[in-house]
This record gives sequence, structure tokens and C-alpha cells, in this order.
Amino acid sequence: MVAQNVFFGIIALIMIYSALKVVTTKNVVHAALWLVALLAGVAGQFLLLGAEFVGVTQILVYIGAVVVLLLFGVMLTKASLGDEADLNMPNKTIPAVIATLMFGVMSYALIDTFRDAELPRESVTNAAAVSDSIFADYIVPFEAVSVLLLAALIGAVVVARKE
Amino acid sequence: MTSILALDPAWWQQTFLIKVPIGLLAVLLPAGTIVYLYLFKAISFMQSRLGPMEAGPYGSMQLLAEVGKWLQKEDIFPTKADKFVFAAAPFVVLMSTFLLVVIIPAGPDATFVDLDAGIYFAMAVSSVSVIGILMAGWSSANKYSLLGGIRAAGQLIAYELPLILAVVGVVIQAGTMNMQGIVLAQAEGEILGWGGIGNPFILTQFIGFVIFMIAVQAELTQAPFDMPVAESELVTGYLTEYSGIRFLLFFIGEFASAGVFSAIAAVLFFGGWYIPGIDPANDIFNIIGPLILAGKMMVIAFLIFWFRFTFPRFREDQLQRLAWKFLIPLSLANIALTGVLKVVL
Repeated sequence: MVAQNVFFGIIALIMIYSALKVVTTKNVVHAALWLVALLAGVAGQFLLLGAEFVGVTQILVYIGAVVVLLLFGVMLTKASLGDEADLNMPNKTIPAVIATLMFGVMSYALIDTFRDAELPRESVTNAAAVSDSIFADYIVPFEAVSVLLLAALIGAVVVARKE
Repeated sequence: MTSILALDPAWWQQTFLIKVPIGLLAVLLPAGTIVYLYLFKAISFMQSRLGPMEAGPYGSMQLLAEVGKWLQKEDIFPTKADKFVFAAAPFVVLMSTFLLVVIIPAGPDATFVDLDAGIYFAMAVSSVSVIGILMAGWSSANKYSLLGGIRAAGQLIAYELPLILAVVGVVIQAGTMNMQGIVLAQAEGEILGWGGIGNPFILTQFIGFVIFMIAVQAELTQAPFDMPVAESELVTGYLTEYSGIRFLLFFIGEFASAGVFSAIAAVLFFGGWYIPGIDPANDIFNIIGPLILAGKMMVIAFLIFWFRFTFPRFREDQLQRLAWKFLIPLSLANIALTGVLKVVL
């Protein structure tokens, strides 16, 4: 358990540093690559908690698909090498307020939900357990999200299609 | 793996003294064999020539000569390149290959890691190599490299879907995502009540196998899917600016992933370390299992290179059309059919 806490701290530090670099770096491709480091850190935290399936999904979806599409889009349009002066937003007040609010709401929600709850020591959730809970306890929300994604997919095709 | 040697080392000894060297060997040895046997020799025979003959008997030391040559070459960085990203890109690609090999079982106890969601993990880490290729293409500060990187990304995104969807058929039939479980499902399975040779999924998932191999060919950017490195259009795509050891790393990555993907195909469709006639619980598989797996792997790798040497290159739009309009619908139909048959039979 001590080793897990130590590694949690190390990964968390790497994640915080990467997150800061994502917003402060002056190159848009570098920002995307720091995002890869950040998301890999999230996957690492999931694995550390024994949530193997969720950790692997994190890698597949966020690193393998979302960031790749992001990089793909950036490189197709404008991705100059070296620093860009006007990459950071001059007005920092509104983003700061929003970020503080988000931090407050999420911290409150997390602390309020879990309080003193402890993770069971030997808890590895396997894929079967995840699928059991998705297709039994959460079947209605799962189907609702599926339909929502399908609608978004069809919407994207309609918007992108030229008559 | 350690139980067959009657040792009980600590986890770090297992990891660093046993698993890491064997893992390195399991990646590099097949890669070298594939390069010599197929890239140097098989292609030469198909083209009615001898191939390398000077270095060692039948040119068998040619690979050492080539590696020596690459190691001596200067490690050139383009002036305007993004130095760090340029230097790191080959390692990202290679890391993805090395992570793939850890889930492949070579015997009942001969595994690196027996992950519960093994094949899912493989699909996830194989998608990381795209990032390395995009990094290489962008950081080279070269239009051809960038075009090659973007082509590679578009191709890998398109063919990842049929790859994963073809695996889903196998997972439905085996009832597990665990690689060891998939091997056992084939060893203990029956085809319509006849269990003489078990149930190798090449027979019952033939459509899945064909889709999987086409998608692997594209994922490996081997001809006829070698648009990203099309030398007549893009010099060599994202590899253009790489020289010396960094080119060597990309080269090893390419052929090592060909070996690793062949091994995954061998596990998914050919029963992995199992051969009919011996009880799958027999300890003998810990010793002959790796050899059986390697044999099956080399046969599948030969298929990959046979196609590579035979077919002319696709055009970019043909390549995308094949993935989105043919392979993905076909693999979805395969999943539906497998699901229905799984319940009915």
C-alpha cells in the first residue's frame, strides 16, 4: 500500500507538470504531446487502483483516438515549428474564474460523495465485473448514451456532407 | 514461467533478470529472422535472384553487417527540426511494439503478464505507435515527412476499426478477452460436436481472420498499404529525414511489429501454443509451446510478406474506401452472425 501511495504521488506530480505545460507551452503540437503525457498519467492512476479495464480504455480512447485526431487536425491545418507568440489568450480573468469554480465544484462533489470511504485492499476489477454492472445495473443510461452518440455521429455526417 | 525452473525469485528479479531479457529476445529474434528469411531471401527468390550471398554462408550474417553499418552512420538532425520530438519519435513507436509482446502467452505458465483483458490491452497499445509516427512526420520540418505522417495517421485510424471489430468475433466465440483463455477455448472447443482438433478459430472465424490480416497489413504499413512511405511520391514519407541509429530503430519497430502481430494472429486464430493430440494442461507445453507458437508465427508472417512482395500499391482513396465501405460493414456483419450463432448453436 505504501508503494502504491508513493507511485500515486510520482504520477500525480508528472500529471500536474504536464497539465501546466499543456496550457503554458507556446507551440500547439507540443501542447497536444503534453496532453498525451497527462492522459497516460490518468491511465497509470487507473491501473494503480486495479481498474485494469478502465485504464486500458483510457489509453485506447484518449491517446489512441482523441489525441491522434487532434494532432491530425492540427497538422492538416496549421502546425508551425517553433514558438508562436499569440498562442496564449491575453485575457486571463474569465478562464481563471471558470477554472476556480470548476475546481471548487469538483472537489466538493468528490469529498461529499466519498468522505471516509476506503478502497478495498485487493481490488482488481476485471472486465467481466465491469460488463456485468454496465449491462445489468446501468443498462438504461448505457443505452441512452449509445443513442446520443449515434445521433452525434449522424449529425456530424450530415454537417460534413456537401450536397 | 519461473515455476518450470523450480525457482521462486522476488518480483523484481523476475521482472529485470528474466522477463526483460526474454522479452527483448522475443521481439528482436523474430524480427531478425523475418528480415533475413523473408525480406532478404524470399523476395529474392520470388524475383529470380539470389539475394545477399557474401556475408556468411548464404548471406546469413548480412543482418549483422547492416546493423553495423547503420550504427556507424551519423545521427543527422535537420536544422529546423524540433530536436526533442524528432529524437523521441522512434522510441514511442518501438515502445508500442515492446508493450505488445508482454501479453502473448507461449505456454500454460510461460507468460509475461496474464492480463484479464489481454487482447484489449494489445489493441490499445498498438494504437500508441500512431503518435510516434505523427511526431516523426511533424518534427522533421519537411513537407514530404509531414504528408507521410498524415497519411500514416489517416490509414492507421481507418484500419484500427476493422482490426478491433475482427477481434470481437473471436472474443465472442471464446467468451473471454484473456489470451490464455482464447488459447484454451480453441484447445477445448468443438466444431459442431466434433472435437478432434479442438476449434481453431481460423475455421470458425474465417471472415474475421481475413479482415484481421488485411487490417494488420495496413497497420504495419506494408505494401500494398505502404502509402505513408510511398517512395515514388514522398521520398520515404515520415522516415525521410531519419538516418543512422534512429532509422534503425524505426526499421526494427516495423519488422518487430510484423512478428508480434503475427504472434497475436497465431494466438487468436491458430490456437497459439496448442497443438491437437496433447492435453492442454500438460507441462510439456511450457517447453514446446514457445516453439509451436514461433512456428505458427513464421507461417503467418510469411503470408504478410508474400502479400507485400506480390501486390502493387493502393491509391489513397482506394485505401480509405476499402476500410470504411467494405471492411467495417463486413466485420460488423461478422460480429452479428457470430453473436447469433453463439446463442443458437
